[in-house]
Amino acid sequence: MNFSELFRLSGLLSRFSPDGKYLASCVQYRLVVRDVNTLQILQLYTCLDQIQHIEWSADSLFILCAMFRRGLVQVWSLEQPEWHCKIDEGSAGLVASCWSPDGRHILNTTEFHLRITVWSLCTKSVSYIKYPKACQQGVAFTRDGRYVALAERRDCRDCVSIFVCSDWQLLRHFDTDTQDLAGIEWAPNGCVLAVWDTCLEYKILLYSLDGRLLSSYTAYEWSLGIKSVAWSPSSQFLAIGSYDGKVRILNHVTWTVITEFEHPATVNNPKIIVYKEAEKSQKLGPGRLPRPLAPAETKYEIASGPVPLQTLKPVADRANPKIGVGLLAFSPDNYFLATRNDNVPNAVWVWDVQKLRLFVVLEQLSPVRAFQWDPQQPRLAICTGGGKVYLWSPVGCVSVQVPAEGDFQVLSLCWHLSGDSIILLSKDHFCLCYLETEEGNSPASGQRLQLRA
Amino acid sequence: MGDWMTVTDPGLSAESKNISQYTSETKMSPSSLYSQQVLCSSIPLSKNVHSFFSAFCTEENIEQSISYLDQELTTFGFPSLYEESKGKEARRELNIVAVLNCMNELLVLQRKNLLAQENVETQNLKLGSDMDHLQNCYAKLKEQLETSRREMIGLQERDRQLQCKNRNLLQLLKNEKDEVQKLQNIIASRATQYNHDMKRKEREYNKLKERLHQLVMNKKDKKIAMDVLNYVGRADGKRGSWRTGKTEARNEDEMYKVLLNDYEYRQKQILLENAELKKVLQQMKKEMISLLSPKKQKPREKADDGTGTVISDVEDDAGELSRESMWDLSCETVREQLTNSIRKQWRILKNHVEKLDNQVSKVHLEGFNDEDVISRQDHEQETEKLELEIQQCKEMIKTQQQLLQQLATACDDDTTSLLRDCYLLEEKERLKEEWSLFKEQKKNFERERRSFTEAAIRLGLERKAFEEERASWLKQQFLNMTAFDHQNSENMKLFSAFSGNSDQDNLTIHSRPRPKKPHSASNWSPVCTSKLTKSLPASPSTSDFCQTRSCVSEHSSSSVLNINPEETKPNQVGRECINQTWSVASRPTSQEGCYSGCSLTYTNSHVEKDDLP
Repeated sequence: MNFSELFRLSGLLSRFSPDGKYLASCVQYRLVVRDVNTLQILQLYTCLDQIQHIEWSADSLFILCAMFRRGLVQVWSLEQPEWHCKIDEGSAGLVASCWSPDGRHILNTTEFHLRITVWSLCTKSVSYIKYPKACQQGVAFTRDGRYVALAERRDCRDCVSIFVCSDWQLLRHFDTDTQDLAGIEWAPNGCVLAVWDTCLEYKILLYSLDGRLLSSYTAYEWSLGIKSVAWSPSSQFLAIGSYDGKVRILNHVTWTVITEFEHPATVNNPKIIVYKEAEKSQKLGPGRLPRPLAPAETKYEIASGPVPLQTLKPVADRANPKIGVGLLAFSPDNYFLATRNDNVPNAVWVWDVQKLRLFVVLEQLSPVRAFQWDPQQPRLAICTGGGKVYLWSPVGCVSVQVPAEGDFQVLSLCWHLSGDSIILLSKDHFCLCYLETEEGNSPASGQRLQLRA
Repeated sequence: MGDWMTVTDPGLSAESKNISQYTSETKMSPSSLYSQQVLCSSIPLSKNVHSFFSAFCTEENIEQSISYLDQELTTFGFPSLYEESKGKEARRELNIVAVLNCMNELLVLQRKNLLAQENVETQNLKLGSDMDHLQNCYAKLKEQLETSRREMIGLQERDRQLQCKNRNLLQLLKNEKDEVQKLQNIIASRATQYNHDMKRKEREYNKLKERLHQLVMNKKDKKIAMDVLNYVGRADGKRGSWRTGKTEARNEDEMYKVLLNDYEYRQKQILLENAELKKVLQQMKKEMISLLSPKKQKPREKADDGTGTVISDVEDDAGELSRESMWDLSCETVREQLTNSIRKQWRILKNHVEKLDNQVSKVHLEGFNDEDVISRQDHEQETEKLELEIQQCKEMIKTQQQLLQQLATACDDDTTSLLRDCYLLEEKERLKEEWSLFKEQKKNFERERRSFTEAAIRLGLERKAFEEERASWLKQQFLNMTAFDHQNSENMKLFSAFSGNSDQDNLTIHSRPRPKKPHSASNWSPVCTSKLTKSLPASPSTSDFCQTRSCVSEHSSSSVLNINPEETKPNQVGRECINQTWSVASRPTSQEGCYSGCSLTYTNSHVEKDDLP
């Protein structure tokens, strides 16, 4: 495993382009685009203010940079560096900005969710969508980019509008049977829309593309409900993480629960491997000097017997208590499901979806910040806000110290779509972590630092 | 005279009677007298008497005292101290003997009295102590009574208090319930109020939003604008189209197309799955038929149930279903037929298995030698076969010898004979070798045969012994039974003996099949260990990499091995590849070729999995 040198960064804004060729990153008001292989700077754009949000267009030709404080969006073209586009929302303000899947329209949400403005880069036409709902996840595009579902609030009732992305025509509009809709999400096949209610009520509704209610599911009442939702890449399963610390998996045929995954504080089953991260006692080899400032290296140990996991006692009288399953992710091959229970923040549970049972538990030394699956194979990258990155695959797991001078805390990470590299993001810097080396990319190796063994 | 006489006589007689009465009284009831005396007299009185005695008689009043004593004694029933007077005028004489007698009697009486007094005193003491004891007891009991009474009162008090408390608690509970009800009502009203307020607020908010919208958007805000250098082409290269009814219809169409495609895809998947399942069912059915058909003669022979007819039905079905066209039939018909036939066959199979179970249990009950008999038959067949083979071999050898002789006699030419001789010699040698081989084989056969016959004899003997045992046992049983009939008194003993016996028999019967199990176990264990040993040696080489890197694959490998030894092989491949990924850093160039190969296999293994979920 190799690491690139560190590059400067602000606001955790660093993204691979969708085609995997470029890497965009922000430093204050500058946008830097690099070649992924050589890490040479290809373009450098200067925006009008500090960038708060960036997004690649789906065809990797444009990047939008949003400056919410100014109500501004600037768009840059990779092919024509001199081309520019500036959208000013003026006094209406701006809270969110995103690309439409065709890469030629930009959806800007104004302050107070007054409306969503759809700006076109092809024509002068501007469309408005009124009454968008201010919620967790109010806009959802289908995977094929053909339709967009939008959560709305009209006359104190939730409803969903489905638009055709090509001409922004309303296709369907229907009321949803929710108290206070919290989020919507398309199934990857683009035919089923999952709509879930606010955390005060456990309710998830499934709508067909043509607005028919396929099914509705409620696991329990009178308690905090859904916290996170994830579709499996095959659209076969819908995993629902809730505040009771369970993940319920619905199937796509009958939309009933197949199984419930509990997250107990102790792993009792001896069949389940529990990897515990432990600090390595520093060995003083003959050629090595002790480095007092270096962080202690860690390794995984296999815990046996009933393994108690470190649990957090949630504060009961505060809003958004740290309980329940807050992170959920299916592996790209549908085989595994990774979860994090927020009151056991140091552990990542990996479930075998095929056998519908727990497979592995990883317990870190510090709370898990984020995890993401390799887009190509069942390989999970985890970061805990420390100087290490952790990788798990069905054959084992490793903890790797990022060989950076000074304090490099991995706050977030993002896989390249080939699964060859990961961007590791800290507060002020980022670096790339290469999992494979290829003969063709030798020029870049000069820049890479070798990992100390 | 007569009158006098009559007067004196009764007087005399009365006196004498009186005397006799007194004497009789004294004699009859001295104890009463003593008791009276005891009751009356006391120790100080006796002293007085003593002192009185000293002053009682003086020189002067001897006569008076004597007469007094006489009077006293006569009143007490003693005989008079004086002699019987002969004449009235004559002075009465003191009778010394009477005095002495009286004194003696008085002394005896005195002693007796003293003794009695002592007895009475001791008794009195005893009674006094008894009295004390009883009084103590009484006091104690009284105390106890008092304490228990107090306790009772205390308990009653407590009971009362508890009841009071209970009443209070019940009251509290009631109050709490009321409170809860009230609170619930409050909550409900608050909730409705909150919802109402929320709606009002939201309406207001919406109004404000509307107003804001109007203000912000309708002001012709110059700022709200897009500043573009030049418009870019659409991603698909087409020009944007106007919105018309047509586009709307087209959109609808497309949506339904998408949905249709999805449903078609799902239907295809379901069809595929169905086909697979049908295939499995069909195969299962075929296997069932093949499994059941060789057995079907037996059930038919037995014909104790309706399986024969069912089987014939099944055969018909099988004939129908074996046609390929059945696959293309609509679901329902195929399904019905398939499920029906499978059900039938399943029933047959079940029956068969049950029958087999019954047979097995029967065999277990009947005895264990049946199997041995079968094996013996097998042995006989085997020996017969072997004998036949030996016979054939012998014949072959004979014919070959004959042929050789013919050849030897037929050849005359020297050169040819020589040539042939050399060939023949070679052949002869070969034949000799073969001959010896045959002999050896024959010997072996003989030995085997002998062993077989020996075994058969042994079996026969064993069987005989067993028969004898059985006969004896039966006899015993029979005897026991008869004993049971005759001797009612001994029946319990006999019965217990009988039951014990049968138990033993059962034990012997059941212990027979057991020795087979350890064999199977021993067959299993080497397989497992060999698997483990096969998979183990791979780990050290890979763990070398792990030691250089901070990975735990060594642990993981061991754990994986522990968990499921069957899965180790694919995992090893994968793990090696992973190890090499981590080891790339140390030797980036040298490992690459190897790694890519590994990763290929790795991905392949996952590609295979992909269809499953």
